[in-house]
Amino acid sequence: MSDVVERTLSALPGLLGQHDPGAGPGGGPGRVSATSRLGGLIRSITALSSKHEEEKLIQQEQTNLKATVSAPTTTLRLMKECMVRLIYCEMLGYESSFGYIHAIKLAQQGNLLEKRVGYLAVSLFLHENHELLLLLVNTVVKDLQSTNLVEVCMALTVVSQIFPREMIPAVLPLIEDKLQHSKEIIRRKAVQALYKFYLIAPNQVQHIHDKFRKALCDRDVGVMAASLHIYLQMIKKNASGYKDLTESFVTILKQVVGGKLPIDFNYHSVPAPWLQIQLLRILGLLGKDDPRTSELMYDVLDESLRRAEINHNITYAILFECVQTIYTICPKSDLLEKAAKCIGKFVLSPKINLKYLGLKALTYVIQQDPNLALQHQMTIIECLDHPDPIIKRETLELLYRITNGQNVTVIIQKMLDYLRQSKEEYTIINLTGKIAELAEKYAPDNEWFIQTMNAVFSVGGDVMHPDIPNNFLRLLAEGFDDEKEDEQLRLYAVQSYLSLLEEEDTFYPQKFLQVMSWVLGEYSYLVNDGDPEVIITKLYRLLKQTFVTSETKAWIMSAITKISSRMPCSKTVDKLMQEFSTSLDTCMRQYAFELKHLCENKELMKNLLPLDASCDEIMVDASLSFLDGFVAEGLSCGAAPYKPHHQRQEEKLSQEKALNFEPYGLSFTSSMSSSGFTGRQSPAGLSLGSDVSGNSAEIGQKETNCLKLDSVRKLWGKEGYLPKKETKTGKEDKTQPVPQDSILMGHVVDLPLTQSEQQVVSLSEEDKEKQQLASTLFVGLGSNNTISLMGKADTTPQKFKKKSKISETQNSKETSSFQNIATLPFSPLPDTAPNNKENFQGNEHLGLRKVSLSSSEVLEASVSFDTSQSLTEAVLDEKLSNCRLSASSLFADSNIEVFQPSQSVPDIVANKAPLSLCLPGELADHPHSEIVELCSSDILTMYSCKVWTDDRLLLILFIANKSISPLKTVTLVFESAEHFKIFESLSCHFPVIEAQSMESCQKCVQLEKICTEGILSGSISYHLDTDTHLEFSLTFSLSDFIRPMKITTEDFGKLWLSFSNDVKQNLKMSPSQGSLSVVLNALKEKLKLHIVEIIGNEGIVACQLLPSVPCLLHCRTHARTLALWFRSSCSALPDSLLYQCQKVMEES
Amino acid sequence: MIKFFLMVNKQGQTRLSRYYEHVEIHKRTMLEAEVIKNCLSRSKEQCSFIEYKDFKLVYRQYAALFIVVGINETENEMAVYELIHNFVEVLDRYFSRVIMFNLDRVHIILDEMVLNGCIVETNKNRILAPLFVLDKMAES
Repeated sequence: MSDVVERTLSALPGLLGQHDPGAGPGGGPGRVSATSRLGGLIRSITALSSKHEEEKLIQQEQTNLKATVSAPTTTLRLMKECMVRLIYCEMLGYESSFGYIHAIKLAQQGNLLEKRVGYLAVSLFLHENHELLLLLVNTVVKDLQSTNLVEVCMALTVVSQIFPREMIPAVLPLIEDKLQHSKEIIRRKAVQALYKFYLIAPNQVQHIHDKFRKALCDRDVGVMAASLHIYLQMIKKNASGYKDLTESFVTILKQVVGGKLPIDFNYHSVPAPWLQIQLLRILGLLGKDDPRTSELMYDVLDESLRRAEINHNITYAILFECVQTIYTICPKSDLLEKAAKCIGKFVLSPKINLKYLGLKALTYVIQQDPNLALQHQMTIIECLDHPDPIIKRETLELLYRITNGQNVTVIIQKMLDYLRQSKEEYTIINLTGKIAELAEKYAPDNEWFIQTMNAVFSVGGDVMHPDIPNNFLRLLAEGFDDEKEDEQLRLYAVQSYLSLLEEEDTFYPQKFLQVMSWVLGEYSYLVNDGDPEVIITKLYRLLKQTFVTSETKAWIMSAITKISSRMPCSKTVDKLMQEFSTSLDTCMRQYAFELKHLCENKELMKNLLPLDASCDEIMVDASLSFLDGFVAEGLSCGAAPYKPHHQRQEEKLSQEKALNFEPYGLSFTSSMSSSGFTGRQSPAGLSLGSDVSGNSAEIGQKETNCLKLDSVRKLWGKEGYLPKKETKTGKEDKTQPVPQDSILMGHVVDLPLTQSEQQVVSLSEEDKEKQQLASTLFVGLGSNNTISLMGKADTTPQKFKKKSKISETQNSKETSSFQNIATLPFSPLPDTAPNNKENFQGNEHLGLRKVSLSSSEVLEASVSFDTSQSLTEAVLDEKLSNCRLSASSLFADSNIEVFQPSQSVPDIVANKAPLSLCLPGELADHPHSEIVELCSSDILTMYSCKVWTDDRLLLILFIANKSISPLKTVTLVFESAEHFKIFESLSCHFPVIEAQSMESCQKCVQLEKICTEGILSGSISYHLDTDTHLEFSLTFSLSDFIRPMKITTEDFGKLWLSFSNDVKQNLKMSPSQGSLSVVLNALKEKLKLHIVEIIGNEGIVACQLLPSVPCLLHCRTHARTLALWFRSSCSALPDSLLYQCQKVMEES
Repeated sequence: MIKFFLMVNKQGQTRLSRYYEHVEIHKRTMLEAEVIKNCLSRSKEQCSFIEYKDFKLVYRQYAALFIVVGINETENEMAVYELIHNFVEVLDRYFSRVIMFNLDRVHIILDEMVLNGCIVETNKNRILAPLFVLDKMAES
């Protein structure tokens, strides 16, 4: 490709000299005719009536253009005109890639407007990673150095639009120079270009942060405004680093608001409104959760509110931003009052756009101040019935945030009404997620819950989030604390599905049918008077329906199998086996045969399909020991022994002679998939809401809520709920087959009118209805509740509280088994192995214990337990214990049992049984971090330790129960993080941790997306009298995932040539960093690099990012500078690694 | 953050499109068709902001021409609504007649106002300055 370009480009200058502009043989297009050509094209296309004609016309046009642009005689002016037409063709959706190279040529060769159009076409045609973009770099460099300011401007504009990341070093110094230019437009555009660099390669502009500050203080408004974009990004990432700039931002905003800017910055006599908005956003980020910084901005916010009095859209935009900022920073009462007034004005406005803005603001602030919802309740009710669906949608969003146990039925009814009218897939996914979340959280009773979920499944169908049916089934399977309640719920579900299936020829979505068949298979035995034969007949009928997919059929077959294991014999089953054993569908045939064989041995079938055992643990022999015989046999027959993946990789590398182009990408994906099942998706995926980020803790909770049901607190609940529930449970005992209508058919639920805050004074019928609705909607919100929100924890009854015995890891297994049911029809498997019972015996040491049964790597943690010592220190000295902890990890060796020197152990809480920490034997041999404390309460302390093994990063977590009673339901959950992936699942569960003892678990962390540093956070909850919830976070840096790559100089050379992504940088060496070897050894130490060879002032180093992304480094010292040159197969890696090296150099 | 800036006429023909995040060509035409369908289905009394997939559309109608801007949730809808008007005022100041045959110049103007999805300049004199210089130099 590049050859072709070079030839064409070199041919051009000669040709250019031969022709006068505009006098080519192509017809000599003058300026007028040029415009009319595009005009002609546009006109003729507008005149066409069909898409087909348009295609034909454009194809014709493209053929002409192709001939013209590649003709050597085409003048630049004609080329420019062709470019515009090409832009037009692409805009209509017809790819014109033949013109891309000519766009680059035009930018290079053209003059002024031609050049500008060339650049424009490049920025429109190419994307960030397009290979042709590299050809633009030289032109940009040339234009940046031009004496013509217009050309410099163009180059800067294109750089800030699109530029290859790896070529940034080529232009960075030139652009930095431009920051001192005398013309404001050049300085402004230079800042914009740096903003682009900051976005695509933040590490490369780190050294110019001082210059950003200078730009912020520039005498020109435009330059200052351009720097705000960079600051907004940087402050978003790390607000604490820029608190000192608060006063500057406040001063700038004061000047803008005060009208100190030149008059041409006004828009409809409002001074620089967009600039004001940008500043307000920055202030909001800085003042969040920081009373002292917030203090600084109260005055200017007040002034902004005051000044924005003119009735114009743009002032509303400013006011909206002001309100958001006021509610984001630490509150000040009179500002809040003014902001609330402002929201009121918006919401009540007859202007529809303003009303929308008001609702959006209300949704944002309502979590901090639920009273505002009460104030505007009538308006909200009106908006619910607004003819504009967008307003309705926004109102539902608001209601979603004020839902509690008392108003949940009305709100969900409204949401379902909206859902039924909506066709848009995204809305359906979003709303069904919200409904399922709220229903699970606040369901008042079983019938309502099942009915609501039925509605969700029918409407959400096959587009809804897969977590919804999975969570629902999990909830049913695991049950809650009350066994009787569980049974009622399951029974009700079964009955409701049976009556749904009663109706013939009704269409249900596949997902709903799958849920039904699973529930019927598991729980239909609960129906005492039901004849299993009837149920099987219904399922059989479904099997014969044409709309049922083969995946769903697998679910149905497994349900039939389960049911038939509980009955002696069945005609329908016989018929079914008969019929499907000759089916053309091989899967169905397989199922039929399996069923047939099982039916012949009822005893086996019962063992295989025990009653209500879907939650029982299934022992997995992760070591595959049952294959030992097979392996031994294979080895004895001369087969090669197994080698782990990375070892094969290395050997392949060292043996291979030819250049290897693709191994790393492949190995990355294969190692991802080979790691077995990865647990379920993050539960946060379910709550698609909370897009307005507030600073209240409740939001965070809401996001994770669907999983951690036991830690959920209700937001604004009201007393008077508990007794109601009690009477209800009594009623539920005699549940009968239920009528189908209430929710499915869209009947309005008749609600008991609870005490309304509003006094109903003689109103018209319609108003009365609205008042009623209001009282049901806004019940549970009010001043008395906010007090309880601040004060004591509001322990409202949680209907679906998770049962304590089920672990999170099991959950994930359970859910995945739901999904796998299609391929494994006979789940669950019998529990063949007994659980490992903990055996604490007085003064004895604990041996090996297996934790995390589901994981493929079995962790062996040894816990040393010594009760013979009884020191009398009552309080735990954290620092002291930390010292001991690291000491104990040092003592750990390959010996599995570690005897703790008794006197060195501080006593914990009570006066006996000290705990000690150490890594299990084989892990202690690997390099590892110190064991540090992550979080702690009076009862429990959690420690963590990173172990850097050759092929992975292991995270060992120790959980110590310091109290004298056993802890129940200890659940550890990681939040899913953008950059990291955790194997096997995000959670870890311990049914019980005995008093004064310690448990540990092990997770493998993998870097999903390259970053220099990232945080992984999570929480641990446990039950001791009450449920407690502790949060923790861990920091990982890139170096945690870097491992040495041991290769020879020869291999290094080969690899070096095969990599295309490189980054070069010069670093200054301090005098203490005497020679190259000193520096390299420091890097080796800190970053775990492998030094391949050092010759004189040159050295080569290799490392790999786990699992196997190689990165090579070539270094050379020259007069106190160290020139680093990275190459890798991954484009982001060199950048980040460079950053790590810089850090190490600065530190040493 | 602004995701795209569109000018589409009532017949659904695109007059200008600028994407600030890479979207494949065939997906663009599909998106544009859906966007304009959404806008056309709404009456004058209805709100100018539409929720569409995971982002929002802000639109304004000028005679037979719709200007539609796609934004994400961090953007202030009203500010974008007025940005559209500011853009139209700038076009009005620069062009005396039909603008649709000057696709390149409209793009150049837009590039001065919005970069990388950020509003970078709203001062009309400054927006037009580079283009005026280009025109002047081309004449001489």
